[in-house]
Amino acid sequence: MTGGKKALATTLAALCCLPVAALAQAPVPESIQIGLSTDRIEITADFSGADLTIFGSVENADPLINRQGRYDVIVVLEGPARPVVVRRKDRVLGVWVNLQSETFLNVPQSYSVATTRPLQDITGPTNYRQLALGADNLHIQPADPDGNPVTIQQFEAALRERKKATGLFNERVGGVQFLSANLFRATVSLAPNVPVGTHKARGFLFRNGVFVKETSAHLAIQKSGFEQMLFRLSVNHGTFYGFVAVGLAMLTGWLGRLIFRRD
Amino acid sequence: MGIYLPIAEMSVNVLVLLAMGAAVGFLSGMFGVGGGFLITPLLIFYNIPPAIAVATGANQVIASSFSGALAHFKRGTLDFKLGTVLLAGGIVGSTIGIYAFSLLRALGQLDLFISLLYVVFLGLVGGLMLVESVNAIRRAKGGAAPTLKKPGQHNWIHRLPLKMRFRASKLFVSVIPVLALGAGIGFLSAIMGVGGGFIMVPALIYLLKVPTNVVVGTSLFQIIFVAAFSTIIHATTNQTVDIVLAFVLMLGGVAGAQYGAKAGQKLRGEQLRALLGMLVLAVAVRLAFGLFLPPPSLYSLTGLTVP
Repeated sequence: MTGGKKALATTLAALCCLPVAALAQAPVPESIQIGLSTDRIEITADFSGADLTIFGSVENADPLINRQGRYDVIVVLEGPARPVVVRRKDRVLGVWVNLQSETFLNVPQSYSVATTRPLQDITGPTNYRQLALGADNLHIQPADPDGNPVTIQQFEAALRERKKATGLFNERVGGVQFLSANLFRATVSLAPNVPVGTHKARGFLFRNGVFVKETSAHLAIQKSGFEQMLFRLSVNHGTFYGFVAVGLAMLTGWLGRLIFRRD
Repeated sequence: MGIYLPIAEMSVNVLVLLAMGAAVGFLSGMFGVGGGFLITPLLIFYNIPPAIAVATGANQVIASSFSGALAHFKRGTLDFKLGTVLLAGGIVGSTIGIYAFSLLRALGQLDLFISLLYVVFLGLVGGLMLVESVNAIRRAKGGAAPTLKKPGQHNWIHRLPLKMRFRASKLFVSVIPVLALGAGIGFLSAIMGVGGGFIMVPALIYLLKVPTNVVVGTSLFQIIFVAAFSTIIHATTNQTVDIVLAFVLMLGGVAGAQYGAKAGQKLRGEQLRALLGMLVLAVAVRLAFGLFLPPPSLYSLTGLTVP
């Protein structure tokens, strides 16, 4: 694959007017903000994956905890959810055939995570499960909840493994960096086959391993003008699109003969 | 240089696609075949989803066939009546094929079925071609004259009812085998994304005894319309035709075909057929390996579109 990763930098507006952490008064709870300068990203003809930068800030941070580096931030970009069929191949007469399958509802098509430190160093597994945070803790619902629980578990694990293998579920340790006491920058990876649709960016703040606050923002990823037009046409006016495809093929064949005449 | 395919929803290297189109175009020009049977497996090896590879392959076939059919149309080496009857069968076969395609896709067996069809047909055609051409080369070396079948010779096909006269082909034959052949090719065109010339040409020559001078033109005529029909129906029902992918392949294909045709003139007929036979067999063997070797991952994911 050619074409380097393009940094899609987004900036946070209104960072300058952050309130300075209140001192000496009753502790005001910290909160987290994330900001996207754009609410849509266009996939152009030369798209081959990208890095998305999200800026954010921790408000009302306790300077002492901050100095000790005990604040942790996890930023997640979650793709639109779709039902997914997981199929397993088994050997029939020496040939590998899809036999068993399991359908899951509402599986995010992509799930990119950026963190300040490795996930296991930030907080414990129970917290992650409660927050449904991280590719391994996402709540995935089987279409048939009364099915064999062992099979469902196996297929669910395979679903996560496949999503990770294709880069759609990814994790970037150290992808969140504090630029100053309050300001941080998160870089999440968009895979070359990132799904189009409305993505949800979420920021999670932890203090000393305790979950404090969550915030979210929306981001639309869509195909750019020409690609989007073709895609729309193929879905909404399939027959017309088919005629266009046939016409284009005939035109190319005719032109080819005109240019490189053989007889 | 990456290019984003709007229907396949993936980014691929445009140079690889152009080279693929040019290589297949070269071979199709050299051997006088459409090349769909090479393009579709190559796209699958390049990780394009099989459903999209097939529908796009059918689209790509139109370009190379149209270019070839124009030449035959000009020379008059084309039997319109025979082509139309074949086409009528082809439309029926293609309709059934597309229905089967959608059904197999929903069941998750489409990829397997496509590979199986390819292994069987490419294996058979490639094997027969190789055996026949090697025998011809041996005979030529031995100095013996090749045995030609006498024109008056008939087989069981010529005893079927509902006879029809095809003047351009100097043929008086039942419409049943013609319709059946057309339907079979239409079915394969829809499921395999091929024009079907590699089956149609031998079938017309050996089964129906159509004179060789009109065989290729008539076969191309039928292929254009059946492939066009398959493309339109695939676009309507499955939305799997990627026009950007098809266009890049066509560009490489029409250019490559011209050089292939020149190279083909330098080789003798038997040698050409032996080479093509080996090529076809190689593709079949490669696909067969995919069926029997343990896959890199037992599990696969398919997204469902929200109704």
